[in-house]
Amino acid sequence: MDLIASHITHRFGDLAVLDDVSFTVGAGEVVAIVGPSGCGKSTLLQILGGLLQPSSGAPELRGAPPADSLNPLTFVFQDFALLPWATVEENVEFPLLHTQLSAAQRRALVEDALRRTGLTDFRQTYPKQLSGGMRQRVGISRALAVRPAILLMDEPLSALDSQTRELLMEDFIRLLADGGMGAVYVTHNLEEAARLADRIVVLSRRPGRIREVVTVPMARAARGDAAAREKLLALQNQIWSLIRNEAIDAEREVQHA
Amino acid sequence: MLDRAVADTTAKNTKNEPTRRVHFRGAGFVPASSRYGGWIGLGLVIAIWQAAGSAGLVNALFLPTPSAIVRAIYQLAVSGALWQHVSASLLRICVGWLLGTAAGVAVGFAIGLSRLARSVGITFISALFPIPKIALLPLLILWLGIGEEPKIATIALGVFFSTAISVYSGVDAVPRNLIRMAQSFNVPFATIVRKVIWPGALPAILAGFRITASVALLLVVSAEMIGAQYGIGAFVLQAGNLMQTDQLLAGVVILSVFGLAVGKVIGWLEMRLLHWR
Repeated sequence: MDLIASHITHRFGDLAVLDDVSFTVGAGEVVAIVGPSGCGKSTLLQILGGLLQPSSGAPELRGAPPADSLNPLTFVFQDFALLPWATVEENVEFPLLHTQLSAAQRRALVEDALRRTGLTDFRQTYPKQLSGGMRQRVGISRALAVRPAILLMDEPLSALDSQTRELLMEDFIRLLADGGMGAVYVTHNLEEAARLADRIVVLSRRPGRIREVVTVPMARAARGDAAAREKLLALQNQIWSLIRNEAIDAEREVQHA
Repeated sequence: MLDRAVADTTAKNTKNEPTRRVHFRGAGFVPASSRYGGWIGLGLVIAIWQAAGSAGLVNALFLPTPSAIVRAIYQLAVSGALWQHVSASLLRICVGWLLGTAAGVAVGFAIGLSRLARSVGITFISALFPIPKIALLPLLILWLGIGEEPKIATIALGVFFSTAISVYSGVDAVPRNLIRMAQSFNVPFATIVRKVIWPGALPAILAGFRITASVALLLVVSAEMIGAQYGIGAFVLQAGNLMQTDQLLAGVVILSVFGLAVGKVIGWLEMRLLHWR
């Protein structure tokens, strides 16, 4: 199943946020969206996931989702969005409650999702008892439970410390390794984008337009070694040079606002 | 880095200036109540009160001793009058509170969830909430007769407005990101209300219950003072008119016990339902 951003334009009142953004996320493909602060990255993701109505243009799907997918477009949120009154297990089960699945089928899906994210021993724990990294694992586990075709990730690591970010990045790489699941990964962190994405969509400052789409020229699995890291660093520098001046302007704009 | 650390140590050792501790400035502003402190304080006040009364320092007509109040309560209990008054008040409080709460929760949720209900409901509530509900009792007697109904309706009205306000404030306070999360999983509206909004609003709703329980107590006493034969309010008024201050204070103590009991029940509910906080 492909996800297509088709001429998406969005305004909040008089404020133009996105201007004619079009691109396609192919089945199993990981596309990162980067750009200066306030360029509309998160807004674009919400539009793609159907949580926000664009002013014009539309998000579209092409092809059938995988047969076992219960929620083809599934978000992983920056602030985790966990129900504080529910245990880890209940949080992961939450999106399955309204489906036609039997209790046993739900339990199996929850079990599998908890196992894949290393949360099996924390099933009865409440979110407030978990670290930020573990909470995001619960968010990822909940997303995996519905067998998504495409994960929509809105800066999923930005609220975490650097060590936890590194560990979760390894988890993402592992989860996306088999190509069965695609992702749109919104981030301001170019290193994360370069390590995870097949392609990087670079947006201009507000109103966000596509400045460039950069293809990462190596397989994700091969990005760990030293030579690859050097190439990725060069790629990050290339993207940074594209957005640096605009990022400075955007920062000044925020300070003056 | 290591060299610098060594240099710093050396500098400290070679200087003969005396050292002084940095003063701790972080004390206070963390009020923790001791478990028995309140009861000890209350016992102390009662003991002083009793001692002052027994020593003849206070006129018993104006302030009877605690033992006289206990005696009055005992006599009321033995004569059966206590239960007659307490049961009349309890019935009015329970029915009035339940009716007001049920209506308040329904209207509060409607205002919290529906644009139409919000635009209409908030205007009505803002206009009617400030009216002292006891002022409506004569009108309610005119409408509903002289029986239990106007008293119960007064309590229900008082409870209704506070409940509606606390419920829609609670619904408004449910983090929007949780609702967006549920929508992103195509969770139906009714499930979002049941599984996200209701538990999210529950802390505010229970806090509202604390207030409405006090409102119900206040209104039952006021209503009974205006037009009732039985009930704690009627009893207190009657005792006051006859200058039976020990009986009057016995009624006040019973009201205080009511309040304490309700507070305990709500505290227990909070512990059971909000254990995740």
